[in-house]
Amino acid sequence: MNLTFASITEIADAVKSKKVSAKEVAEHFQNRIESLDGRLNSFSSKNSHAVHEAEALDARIARGEDVGPMAGVPFGIKEMFCTKGLPTTAGSKILENFVPPYDSTVVARLKKAGIVVMGKLNQDEFAMGSSNETSFHGVVRNPWNLDCVPGGSSGGSAAAQAARLVVGTLGTDTGGSIRQPASFCGIVGVKPTYGRVSRYGIIAYASSLDQAGPMVSSVKDAALTMEVISGFDNHDSTTTQRSVPSWSRHLKTDVKGMKIGLMKEYMTGGLHPDVQKTVENSIETLKKMGADIVEVSVPMTEVAVPVYYLVAASEASSNLARYDGVKYGYRADFKNLSAIDLEEFYSKTRGQGFGKEVKRRIMLGTYCLSSGYYDAYYNKAGQVRRLIMNQYLEAFKKCDVILSAVTAAPAFKIGERISDPLTMYLNDIFTTSTNLAGLPGMSVPFGMSQEGLPIGVQLTAGHFEEQKMLDVAYALESASPVKGKNPHVV
Amino acid sequence: MIDKKTIEHIAKLARLHVTEEEAQEYSLQLAKALAHFEQIAKIDTTGVEPLITPTEIESYWREDVVKQEFSAEEMTANAPSKAGNLFKVPPVV
Amino acid sequence: MSYRGFEAVIGIEIHVQLSTATKMFCADSTEFNAGDNENTSPVSVGMPGTLPVLNKKAIEYSIKTGLALGCDIRRKSVFARKNYFYPDLPKGYQISQYDQPLCENGTISFKVDGAEKTVSITRAHMEEDAGKSNHHGEYTLINYNRSGIPLLEVVSGPDLRSPAEAAEYARTIRQIVRYLDVCDGNLEEGSMRCDCNVSVRKVGAVQFGTKVEIKNINSFRFVEKAIEYEIERQIDAVERGEKIIQETRLWDPDKNRTFSMRTKEDAQDYRYFPDPDLLPVIVTDSMIEQYRKELPELPIARAKRFQNEHALPEYDAQVLTMEKALADFYEETAKESKNFKASSNWIMTELLRELNQANKEIKDSPIKPLQLGRMIALIDKGAISGKIAKTVFQEMWQSGKDPEAVIKEKGLVQISDPAAIEKIIDEVLAANVQNVEDHKTGKKKNLFGFFVGAVMKASKGQANPELVNKILQEKLK
Repeated sequence: MNLTFASITEIADAVKSKKVSAKEVAEHFQNRIESLDGRLNSFSSKNSHAVHEAEALDARIARGEDVGPMAGVPFGIKEMFCTKGLPTTAGSKILENFVPPYDSTVVARLKKAGIVVMGKLNQDEFAMGSSNETSFHGVVRNPWNLDCVPGGSSGGSAAAQAARLVVGTLGTDTGGSIRQPASFCGIVGVKPTYGRVSRYGIIAYASSLDQAGPMVSSVKDAALTMEVISGFDNHDSTTTQRSVPSWSRHLKTDVKGMKIGLMKEYMTGGLHPDVQKTVENSIETLKKMGADIVEVSVPMTEVAVPVYYLVAASEASSNLARYDGVKYGYRADFKNLSAIDLEEFYSKTRGQGFGKEVKRRIMLGTYCLSSGYYDAYYNKAGQVRRLIMNQYLEAFKKCDVILSAVTAAPAFKIGERISDPLTMYLNDIFTTSTNLAGLPGMSVPFGMSQEGLPIGVQLTAGHFEEQKMLDVAYALESASPVKGKNPHVV
Repeated sequence: MIDKKTIEHIAKLARLHVTEEEAQEYSLQLAKALAHFEQIAKIDTTGVEPLITPTEIESYWREDVVKQEFSAEEMTANAPSKAGNLFKVPPVV
Repeated sequence: MSYRGFEAVIGIEIHVQLSTATKMFCADSTEFNAGDNENTSPVSVGMPGTLPVLNKKAIEYSIKTGLALGCDIRRKSVFARKNYFYPDLPKGYQISQYDQPLCENGTISFKVDGAEKTVSITRAHMEEDAGKSNHHGEYTLINYNRSGIPLLEVVSGPDLRSPAEAAEYARTIRQIVRYLDVCDGNLEEGSMRCDCNVSVRKVGAVQFGTKVEIKNINSFRFVEKAIEYEIERQIDAVERGEKIIQETRLWDPDKNRTFSMRTKEDAQDYRYFPDPDLLPVIVTDSMIEQYRKELPELPIARAKRFQNEHALPEYDAQVLTMEKALADFYEETAKESKNFKASSNWIMTELLRELNQANKEIKDSPIKPLQLGRMIALIDKGAISGKIAKTVFQEMWQSGKDPEAVIKEKGLVQISDPAAIEKIIDEVLAANVQNVEDHKTGKKKNLFGFFVGAVMKASKGQANPELVNKILQEKLK
């Protein structure tokens, strides 16, 4: 059995039927991490107990226990997720040494399903970034080209998955942080509908936009992982009480008669030619498979990026107030505590603990919420947000799934855009409106640039209509011109 | 557009120590970002209720039943400074 | 009320701690006597990734209080974040309600010096409490046991005009929340906290003066004293030609004065915005109707009923309705005794005195309402005299026994057999021949009382006094 390229189900079945032990699987991937991650820097910390935990799982299997549908599947977890007993830093100095005494709900559910946590994955600090260059743990490199960024903020997850250092990973997506790195690294990344997956124990960036999802190697693995992590959680009042569909069981490549929407506003040109070609190819493929292509319009998406930054920065400025050097994490070094003024205590701790990009967004958000500006900014953004959502709901009356590019261009060079935050923000033009409207969205690999960098296409569906989106992705995956291609490091 | 005084005020509200150099940089970037936001100001939103939670989610309220799952030791284990099971901070008064 | 030609304008914010078993947004216990940080969890310590989940009971208690205060209950209210930094605030924001509070536009009435006073309730909103700071000079220690405890902040309109009114208002709120059983009203443990807004203006002026907020008041007596002090201080300042500064002052109970805490210059900009972690609180008509049905009869209505239906004097009705438990005690007693006024008298004089002396609450009374009611009925039936009843009451208080048992054990049954009484009287008269003679000749006046006393004494107090009177009168004719 080729463990490196095995799917979640293949590993779990092999482990459960004792064809391979969970321990062997864990050791295999531990070796891969050891030998390859030096070049990628996708892990910020490793779980030294992984093999031991796998052995415990084997023992349970030997006793005939049901160990779950993901028995022995090695996973990497983005730093954003709290993991009991494992460092959880959100890629920030301000959380250095923080070890949570609890698991986030999604990690707890995956553990219950039998995964083995191999370690924590690098990310942009507090998920604020699109290139994984803002992490306290250093830059992550794209396995397809080590000079390029893996995308962000879930860059560590995308890189580790593309290099097959694990069988599955988790990411979070606030404005594209799952879909964009998935596209840059040639893997499948899904952001579920807002409210589908519990946010409990996931470090908050922007509460009304954040959603966790799988970053894996196939549509089926994505569907399976979603089934495990989705569903109501009594620790998160913003999770839906709807039942979780068996997405993986219902997956089909038959898209005959499905209406694929192309957004007028996204077809104004400006795409990198290879991205343009990838999108066109995917449309042609779906047409050939019998899908109907229809034009839809969501005019308000033109302001999605500023609305997104306004909402995200405002919420972040409040969400990040808890990092104050009192209860956990970094505290500035004060020789004599008794002589310190409280305000100085906070300002120094936070000034030194947060990185530049995070501080920039806290400043922006604080400004937007401050006295006299709330109505013009946060409140106004909320109103426009409703208009965006309403226009999407109208568009989904005419189509089942909207198809578009994920980003205007493939992965860029490390250092190329970090100095100009505004250009960096424009990375997000195709992804942020999905979060604003709470829609499910995903990236599925479908092309390759001339330089050999992967390109994904983005699929978006209506609220809680993940199945339609996954079906179209499954169809595309079955006909993908880049199927079976892997980065050189592998 | 964003003067130094405003930057200082915002930094104080956010409890962020900002160097002279950073203040300059933020002042430029903030101004740029806010100019970007001008696009939103033009949109007519009369009578539109702001959207916060973007999907239909049923209300869930907890029953009033005590669950004590963590010890005081666990809750203070990450504290940068403590005395017994209390968090220690500079004198406030 | 006028003070040196000035009028005081007072508004009060009362933080009512709701007596739920768990906190507002997580399942930590709210028990008062817990060890350091023992009643905490990742949510109440503000750990990364944690989220608030609303306590249903806290909503119920808040709505009930709102209804009792005559408020409109918003069908959709919103939790907002109030952002500020302080070590006792673990998340860097407090979850509160801002522009869309649960309860609004209520009124309550109460009596001050015999006059009825009506005060508007501007709003009552839900919020979570902060932790506790213990100051040690060199450093401060933080305990989050209180962090997240549910509070209802009841805000009055600026309708109060004297310290006495303010204190009575606060007492009335306490009485109501205790009736509702949504708060224990314990000021010393911080279950109720009063912040008073005070300003002064020339009598007849329309504009309000600059208001000063007084915090750290933990008794109703201090509400009165702190406001009194503040009124005088402000008038002095105005008369000296100074401007009143809008500020927060703390009450110092040891020095009997208020002192400045911070001025409005460094006033906070709280950057309120709706908490995206919580959905709006949607309250249905049927919920409100349900809670309204469950409301107990409130003190003022109950006192009126005692006056109208039980014919009790206003004073009795007021005293008996001070506490719900006391009013319940009275009603149970009266139901058994079928004598309203006697029940009121026994409770207000004998029982309350004993409770006070023993420092006991009504619920801990060794005499239960049914027992007291039966004892009163026994008096009315003539089984025991009023005087003997006091002995019976004492014995019941000591032992907790039923009145019948006490009477039987101690042989305290009233003698109502005319023949038996006649026998005692004959003995008494035989022993006092001279006095009988003097009475009959009219040599000495007022001897009748002497004979009654002697007969009662001879019967150990058990003779029916009416019969004694009647038979004596015949015998001494």
